[in-house]
Amino acid sequence: MTTATAQPTTKLWSGGKSPFNVSYGKLMMWYFLMSDAFTFGAFLISYGTIRFSQNVWADPNHVFNAFPFMGHANLPLAFVSLMTFILIFSSVTMVLAVHEGHKMNRKGVEKWLVWTILGGLAFLGCQAWEWTHLITGEHEVLVNGAIQSWGTTVTHNPWGPEVLFNGKEVATPGPIAFGGYFFGITGFHGFHVFSGVVINIIMLIQTRMKVFENRGHYEMIEKAGLYWHFVDLVWVFVFLCFYLV
Amino acid sequence: MSNEAILHEHQTGAHDAGHAHEHHHHETFITKYVFSQDHKMIAKQFLITGIIWAIIGGLFSVLFRLQLGYPESTFPWLEDFLGNWAKGGKLDPDFYYALVTMHGTILVFFVLTAGLSGTFSNFLIPLQVGARDMASPFLNMLSYWFFFAASIVMMASLFVQTGPASGGWTIYPPLSALGEASSGSKIGMDLWLISMSLFIINALLGGLNYITTVLNMRTKGMSMTRMPLTMWAFFFTAVLGVLSFPVLLSGCILLLFDRNLGTSFYLSDIVINGKILPNEGGSAILFQHLFWFLGHPEVYIIILPAMGIASEVMSVNSRKPIFGYMAMVGSLFAIAALSFLVWAHHMFVTGLNPFLGSFFVLLTLLIAVPSAIKVFNWLTTLWRGNIRFTPGMLFAIGFVSMFISGGLTGIFLGNSALDIHLHDTYFIVAHFHIVMGVAGMFGMFAGLYHWYPKMYGRYMNNTLAYIHFWVTLIGSYLIFWPMHYEGLAGMPRRYYEFSGWESFNMFGGLNQFISFVSIIVFAAQLLFVFNFFYSIFKGRKVTELNPWGAASLEWSTPIRPGHGNWPGEIPEVHRWAYDYGKDGRDFIPQTEPVGEDESKH
Ligand code: HEM
Ligand SMILES: [Cu+2]
Repeated sequence: MTTATAQPTTKLWSGGKSPFNVSYGKLMMWYFLMSDAFTFGAFLISYGTIRFSQNVWADPNHVFNAFPFMGHANLPLAFVSLMTFILIFSSVTMVLAVHEGHKMNRKGVEKWLVWTILGGLAFLGCQAWEWTHLITGEHEVLVNGAIQSWGTTVTHNPWGPEVLFNGKEVATPGPIAFGGYFFGITGFHGFHVFSGVVINIIMLIQTRMKVFENRGHYEMIEKAGLYWHFVDLVWVFVFLCFYLV
Repeated sequence: MSNEAILHEHQTGAHDAGHAHEHHHHETFITKYVFSQDHKMIAKQFLITGIIWAIIGGLFSVLFRLQLGYPESTFPWLEDFLGNWAKGGKLDPDFYYALVTMHGTILVFFVLTAGLSGTFSNFLIPLQVGARDMASPFLNMLSYWFFFAASIVMMASLFVQTGPASGGWTIYPPLSALGEASSGSKIGMDLWLISMSLFIINALLGGLNYITTVLNMRTKGMSMTRMPLTMWAFFFTAVLGVLSFPVLLSGCILLLFDRNLGTSFYLSDIVINGKILPNEGGSAILFQHLFWFLGHPEVYIIILPAMGIASEVMSVNSRKPIFGYMAMVGSLFAIAALSFLVWAHHMFVTGLNPFLGSFFVLLTLLIAVPSAIKVFNWLTTLWRGNIRFTPGMLFAIGFVSMFISGGLTGIFLGNSALDIHLHDTYFIVAHFHIVMGVAGMFGMFAGLYHWYPKMYGRYMNNTLAYIHFWVTLIGSYLIFWPMHYEGLAGMPRRYYEFSGWESFNMFGGLNQFISFVSIIVFAAQLLFVFNFFYSIFKGRKVTELNPWGAASLEWSTPIRPGHGNWPGEIPEVHRWAYDYGKDGRDFIPQTEPVGEDESKH
């Protein structure tokens, strides 16, 4: 991208041109992302206040220790690390798509967009597996002096502190807010990833139909890219808040 | 491919669109009036939808004022009209709450947000910064249609069997979270949340457009500090909306989950009808934080556009430059920034830590400083001006009067100690109706009377306008001023009747009086509505380009501008928008180059 032709900075704001030297579309995207950051911010801050108002919370190393096809092997955070890696990798491929766009290389844009879409779909698939595993994977919980089997849902949390019962370590119910926030926020993020995949598919179709080639630039890919990187960035925070602390 | 090319492409694209329009007219009724992408038509769509909502919302207040003013009487005609909601001619208590809730929701969001900034930001931004249209006309159109969808859903909620939402416009849980809690917390509440979510999308799409248009699409020479104050006001309003509405969206989504998925975001330790609910660990106060993080900026989303409009109308009709332009911009900025930091003043009595409260007291009272600067500058703009008392001007002056009266009571409320006594009383009702409700409406009326000639190429009837103004001004003070006394005496808001309190019986006559005046004021608004629609078709035609002798750019367009606004090139701007009474000239339009020996302002 060429930078601004040399102009005194005082003239930048005097009208007749874009002061930040960006098109209105990108400017809009930036403001939209700021707005969306506030949506996520509100969710995460809510989560934080509720979580720290509780005496106990679920231990992520305990909750997220499963891996597909690995049976009951204890692999804390392995799967979510894979998910994170996939998502970050898809950001890299998105960068490459944008880069090919600058070079007006349609084939290259298509190639990297396909990889980005695959990355997004893989992430969503992983998330679907993780959710299913949590909801359907039953755990023994001591409730009112009897053992029950609970999955992790928005109304049940089998990850409370453990107590001795009949000579065995058994979990007690944990704060139910855990499930609500976990599914609520990762779900909202997943919805963003889903939207991003849809947007990227539309971009791919338009690229194939030579819409951007005829237009003379691939700016739409850049805008889609901004959104996609934002979604990845949000994941970093979600990851931090739910899996690491 | 260069960035320059992209930037340039858009400008020429818009330009071609402006040209194309003049040569071939293949616009259909649908593309011209329904799915229009012309900012001027979209503005009118917002306006007329807003007017319809204002009539509905205003009528609701008349209905519940009947109950408050005449608690002993029955009105059999109400039953014909409302059926079971008014059995025997007396409002059902549940329905009373529904009416109050809908009145607040409709007026705050649908009328004073969408109807006010939706109308004027859309109409004025491209015209006053010198652009062919909004940055993205398509998203602009979508923004209106999201508002329309929100309107349909909200309207539908009025007709469901259990009635619309009824927990107050602030919809605090747990009342709003539990269907069992009241009839208005059933499906009506879900519809409210869905409608508001659609509304938030409308606000977002609109706001993004307003921001980018102001930043990117200004015509040559239109530097930021040459923009009329309306532009600054709409710009900050849009920024507030873009940053605060999403937080309400988060709050609404969590509330929807609590209602429908059994989560416990806002719920804990609740017994309802003798049944203990399993919800645990949530916090109802959390919702209040999320709500007021939007809610307080929201009140400024309402008042900033009104401030901008009042500044512009007052300067034009005083034939004087606005006093302290930079101070006006600075105070708009200060108000916008501070408005994010004061939300907890709505929560002083929720058990908020008083130490924390004291910070919010400080920040809240700080807002009085930029507010006072603005008031001072308005008054000094009037000072020794050649004032023309057009209807628009009267409403602008009325706005300032209302803003002063209501702002002063804000200073009472901003003190957390006083607020313990005043919270949730009629004092609050008086405060926010005067400073936001009436002042916001006055700003809107000022703008409508002033820009009506630009919108429809005709004038509104002046006699009706003057009647409208005086009845509304005097009536509003008569309605809301006495409420201060009721509130100071401790009379709580949001009650169906007060017969249970010996001490408030003395206000019986006063309540009757207030209700009586509100009916008159409501009638005066119908006069306005009549004037508005009648004048679209039958009003006196505008024959000169610049009927008010205003310096800003919108008056350099043809009397009835087409899509693209200026038939030829967009004019270049050479000066600020407030050169009135300069060098012996009445006014100098922004498009006129600065003369050789012109004095500096
Ligand atoms: C000097 C300026 C102001 C101060 C210090 C101030 C302070 C306050 C405080 C402390 C409350 C909460 C009272 C309570 O519920 O106990 C309040 C309520 C309110 N204020 Fe203001 N205010 C000011 C100006 C405004 C303006 C300019 C607007 C609108 C444009 C506004 C709109 C409202 C509304 C709508 C409420 C009540 C909301 C509700 O509970 O339903 N205020 N104000
Ligand atoms: Cu406030």
